[in-house]
Amino acid sequence: MRFLLDTEQRAFAESLDAMLTAAGTPAVARAWGRGEHAVGRAVWARLAEAGVFALAAPEAYEGVGPLPVELAVAFVELGRHAVPGPLVETVTATVLLAGLDDPGPAERLLPALVSGKAMATVAPAPGSYALDGDAAETRLSLDPAAGGLRLAPGHGPVRPSLDPARRLTHLSPGGELLAPHAPLPHALTWARLAVAAQALGVGLSLLDRTVAYVRQRKQFGVSVGSFQAVKHRLADAKVALEFARPLVFGAAVTLDPVDAAAAKVTACEAAYTTARTALQLHGAIGYTAEYDLSLWLTKARALRTAWGAPAECRDMVLSGGGRRR
Amino acid sequence: MDLARSPADEAFRAEARAWLRAHVPSEPLPSLETEEGFAAHRAWEAELAADRWSVVHWPTAYGGRDAGLPRWLVFEEEYYAAGAPGRVGQNGVNLLAPTLFDHGTEEQRARVLPPMACGEVVWAQAWSEPEAGSDLASLTSRAVRTAGGWLLTGQKTWSSRAAFADRAFGLFRSEPGTARPHQGLTYLMFDLRAPGVTVRPIGRLDGRPAFAELFLDDVFVPDEDVIGAPGQGWRVAMSTAGNERGLTLRSPGRFLAAADRLLGLWQERGSPASARDAVADALIGARAYELFTHAAASRFLQGTPIGPEASLNKVFWSEYDIALHETALDLLGEEGEAADTGWSEGYVFSLAGPIYAGTNEIQRDIIAERLLGLPKGRR
Ligand SMILES: Cc1cc2nc3c(=O)[nH]c(=O)nc-3n(C[C@H](O)[C@H](O)[C@H](O)COP(=O)(O)OP(=O)(O)OC[C@H]3O[C@@H](n4cnc5c(N)ncnc54)[C@H](O)[C@@H]3O)c2cc1C
Repeated sequence: MRFLLDTEQRAFAESLDAMLTAAGTPAVARAWGRGEHAVGRAVWARLAEAGVFALAAPEAYEGVGPLPVELAVAFVELGRHAVPGPLVETVTATVLLAGLDDPGPAERLLPALVSGKAMATVAPAPGSYALDGDAAETRLSLDPAAGGLRLAPGHGPVRPSLDPARRLTHLSPGGELLAPHAPLPHALTWARLAVAAQALGVGLSLLDRTVAYVRQRKQFGVSVGSFQAVKHRLADAKVALEFARPLVFGAAVTLDPVDAAAAKVTACEAAYTTARTALQLHGAIGYTAEYDLSLWLTKARALRTAWGAPAECRDMVLSGGGRRR
Repeated sequence: MDLARSPADEAFRAEARAWLRAHVPSEPLPSLETEEGFAAHRAWEAELAADRWSVVHWPTAYGGRDAGLPRWLVFEEEYYAAGAPGRVGQNGVNLLAPTLFDHGTEEQRARVLPPMACGEVVWAQAWSEPEAGSDLASLTSRAVRTAGGWLLTGQKTWSSRAAFADRAFGLFRSEPGTARPHQGLTYLMFDLRAPGVTVRPIGRLDGRPAFAELFLDDVFVPDEDVIGAPGQGWRVAMSTAGNERGLTLRSPGRFLAAADRLLGLWQERGSPASARDAVADALIGARAYELFTHAAASRFLQGTPIGPEASLNKVFWSEYDIALHETALDLLGEEGEAADTGWSEGYVFSLAGPIYAGTNEIQRDIIAERLLGLPKGRR
């Protein structure tokens, strides 16, 4: 048993971190929210070059996967840098397509997703939102009751999310039937793993930014970070995030749906409570859209319900029946 | 990154499981916080030790199996899953023994550890004093030099199970008037039945008497019972305090077993929706703690000592333990009020978690200052 990232995995995280820092992702996220996708696509292409979208795709379709631990490593960085776009959805689509009995749709659609030439989005049930349907070239709609996976012909109007960088769309009905049955539960496990990792990254960034802020902000003649009430809230955020982290990587190792649900609910709750703390400890400046903190604050809230609200994930945990070994 | 255990570890698990199945008492022992229960638990320690299961992680020379950290974790899982009794020797095994491994002499280890391993000598921790709780370094009990050793004078308090234990370990001020309170302290072991020691039991929240205060009046301690160098007691004590907060005090096996029992209780009660989130969170929390421990153990095995991150552990398990037991009592409803069920006893015990082993307020200070790098405030 060796439950630690290895040197290569840590180096992968560091290289993504450096690349995304250089890319200036806050400005990218703001442009994306306005519907200007060009800079976002440029970042996307560089992520693809770094191999991010190959991690969930098998070699048969030009991928290097499945490498769920590396995927979790990457998504923590995507969350830390508030990268916009249908990131989780592209991974989910990859897993869906790669899992079909008929290799045809995967052969046709996956290479473009792996290489970053195309983005994908997924509406997991009829009537549910598909993130960034206006930006994605590959739009998948699922009808779990009827069991079909379709390539949607278009999308409806964009509805803003409370995270300005998330653009909600409905997919147009009909379209080409890709498969009568799609392996949704397995894709859902990957989706939840990716959201959990992204949320962990969002939470870690909120904590880092807040620690830096309270260290330099002075009131009553001292740094705000020397007040115990402030310290203890940040310590609690640290505890919550550090206990979400092993769940995320544990789920990546097992790819068990129960573990993924546990990771999703815990990482999202930790990120969300960290967001509440971050806003409070920044005071009024935290409550402004101009200040970059807002990009992470609103994402923490949105991720909490994306791909399975807390209650749904907890039900999954309970259905798992406790300790499994 | 992987979570698979080696076949040899799994074989060890099977061996432990078989032994526990054959030996764990079918009826729970009386509470180890009572005189009768203490004796019964001491006998259980002897039974464990006879087949070398009492301290599996220790070297074989002192009664262990040299099993290593991963197998210790496996053993703990099996131990708690089997519903085996609480460990009356835990203060010695978890706190004094690591101190002796790091700072003791070979003579001390050979003399102290084997009788500790079999419950023949049960140890109490004598750190707190009436005026020195969170601010432990403000302690005033004295150790004064005398021929061949030291004379201890002062008062210690809140010493768990000291009412029935044999010996105790603690810090004493051996150089009065040092510039800083952490200086001039000496770490000593002493006999609770030595002349000059008065032990006064204190009823805990549940009324059980095993807690005690100790009055020391010129109690003689030979030089051989000083751990580390005289005057260096703070350093010796702090280098092992991480054990108390960290994993040896609360192995994940305990919470995995408790969460399983809680799930069983919830299902038995018709899976009421009102407790659904709390039960799910108990299952998730046990898994999180298990995996966090695996990560900590992996780092430790790579040579990184357990540092201030033990404080994350302490805050997590102590709050988790209370939440888990509160959920159980809520599920039991009216029955939860009855003081003699396992759940209610566990609940009352869990309430102390955020207080002992360094209060959670102190742990949060450590997390904020040493892990997050926030400035020190006023203490
Ligand atoms: C069940 C149980 C078993 C114990 N067993 C042992 C034992 O075997 N041996 C032993 O030596 N001791 C033992 N203790 C004692 C324990 O270690 C102390 O209770 C603990 O260190 C706190 O000290 P105190 O009780 O004096 O509280 P105080 O230090 O007086 O603290 C009172 C309150 O003030 C808070 N506080 C204090 N300082 C600060 C600060 N700087 N910032 C913020 N808040 C602060 C504390 O967190 C606490 O909430 C045990 C205690 C319990 C409850």
